[in-house]
Amino acid sequence: MAPEKIVLRFSAETADKPIIYHLVKDYDLIINIVKASINPHKEGTMVLELSGEKYKEGISFLRKQGITVQPLTQEVVRNEERCTSCGACTVHCPTQALYMERPSMEVKFDGDNCIVCLMCLKVCPVQAMEVRI
Amino acid sequence: MSVERTYQDINERIKKGKAVVLTAEEVISKVKEKGVTRTAQEVDVVTTGTFGPMCSSGVFLNFGHSAPRIKMQKVWLNNVPAYSGIAAVDAYLGVTELPEDDPLNSNYPGEFRYGGGHVIEELVARKPIKLKATSYGTDCYPRREIETTITLDEINEAILFNPRNCYQNYNCAVNLGDRTIYTYMGTLKPRLGNANYSTSGQLSPLLKDPHFKTIGIGTRIFLGGGMGYVVWNGTQHFPGTLKDGNNRDLCGAGGTLSVMGDLKQMSPRWLVGTSFRGYGATLTVGVGLPIPILNEEILYYAAKTDEELYAPIVDYSDAYPNRKPGNLGLVSYAELKKGTIRIMDKEVPTGPLSSYPRAREIAHILKEWIEKGDFLLGEPSQLLPGPAAGLSGKPLNEKE
Ligand code: SF4
Ligand code: SF4
Repeated sequence: MAPEKIVLRFSAETADKPIIYHLVKDYDLIINIVKASINPHKEGTMVLELSGEKYKEGISFLRKQGITVQPLTQEVVRNEERCTSCGACTVHCPTQALYMERPSMEVKFDGDNCIVCLMCLKVCPVQAMEVRI
Repeated sequence: MSVERTYQDINERIKKGKAVVLTAEEVISKVKEKGVTRTAQEVDVVTTGTFGPMCSSGVFLNFGHSAPRIKMQKVWLNNVPAYSGIAAVDAYLGVTELPEDDPLNSNYPGEFRYGGGHVIEELVARKPIKLKATSYGTDCYPRREIETTITLDEINEAILFNPRNCYQNYNCAVNLGDRTIYTYMGTLKPRLGNANYSTSGQLSPLLKDPHFKTIGIGTRIFLGGGMGYVVWNGTQHFPGTLKDGNNRDLCGAGGTLSVMGDLKQMSPRWLVGTSFRGYGATLTVGVGLPIPILNEEILYYAAKTDEELYAPIVDYSDAYPNRKPGNLGLVSYAELKKGTIRIMDKEVPTGPLSSYPRAREIAHILKEWIEKGDFLLGEPSQLLPGPAAGLSGKPLNEKE
């Protein structure tokens, strides 16, 4: 089976548990961590490529632990023309994919760090962030 | 030797292409290098800029007369109602106006993806706008209904008129409560999750002339990408000075401008339709003011840096909505711009709402216009009241 790309979201309570260890040890899954981060509120997000016989069991284990699991099928892009570099999104982006360059105060977007949480679509005042499926 | 200049002196130099113009950022380095006295002798004009959401904005439109004529009594532009209690085919569209079928905040937090500000952005981008008007019919204006499209170039006038723009200073907004709140200062995460602020600090027009020594009725400005004018003080113009704990004056606060200009000269780069989740729709407006360096004192203020300009930190979960006085302390724009500040022993990430890079661009454009001789300074026929006027806001008290 080809690996599936999925996004995991951990709450502050689950972020420090050895979850990935269990996926490997108990479910014998092959894991490639694409991105992982923990925000200042101690919530974690992780993008994984996951494959193995016990894929489904692994996913249901994750869900039982209270972790949100979503397939990564969308991509977030920035409309460069429309973005005013106001910076309103930068305090809401959990992975700093949108970040402020200092001292120029230009807002940069690094799509590689984006985990498609869609927060920026909600907070951008000028609708500069878009989803591509 | 101290310097004294008049508007005429500076305009003569602009016409000859000899005026020395620096942006508010550039003049800071110059003053650091040469001091106030020498810099004042050399510099004629300092340009400022700001680019942020300004709710009190709107446009007066005159559509021209149809055949047969209609006394437009109710008007909608792309479904957004405009105020038409004026002459027959005039209307005023405010940027916070929303379509009548908008779910508002009943789908809390509402999205407010389209409003008057978005219509203005599309109008200035030369897109066709749906015009609908209804009326009751008179002998001279018999028609009762019209539905058509207009574009900016097809209508007679489009005058941007903003009764309260360019706020001198603003709160740094935080949320002490335990749920996320949606405000005109953006989305504020609970328990001091973030601190939002909204001026361009050392580039901000009214922070650089805190005593209103140069700004008045007739001051020519950069407005939305075109030339505009200060036409009056803004509503809620209560200029004062922010004071520190020892009652020392820090910087300006509370001033506002009423501005006007020809929308047909402007551009959608500088007038951008804006939405605040859970709050409403508005328009992000670019404004830039030139500050004539008439004397040393004016330069002294125009050269103030982010380290010397402050914003009060205000809780938007309780203090602000309930109009409770006081704040959680003051913070300099230099600290705000670094990305985190300390409030009540917590590291809080800061997020701006107004664009510093665009403010810088405005200050540069204005500088270029003046250097090229395309923009002469407008001498105010009357200065706006400054802090010395002692203006203060009246509360709205409920009566029986
Ligand atoms: S969707 Fe937006 S907020 Fe979320 S990670 Fe990507 S860039 Fe950041
Ligand atoms: S909030 Fe929107 S406009 Fe502002 S910097 Fe982020 S993407 Fe750009």
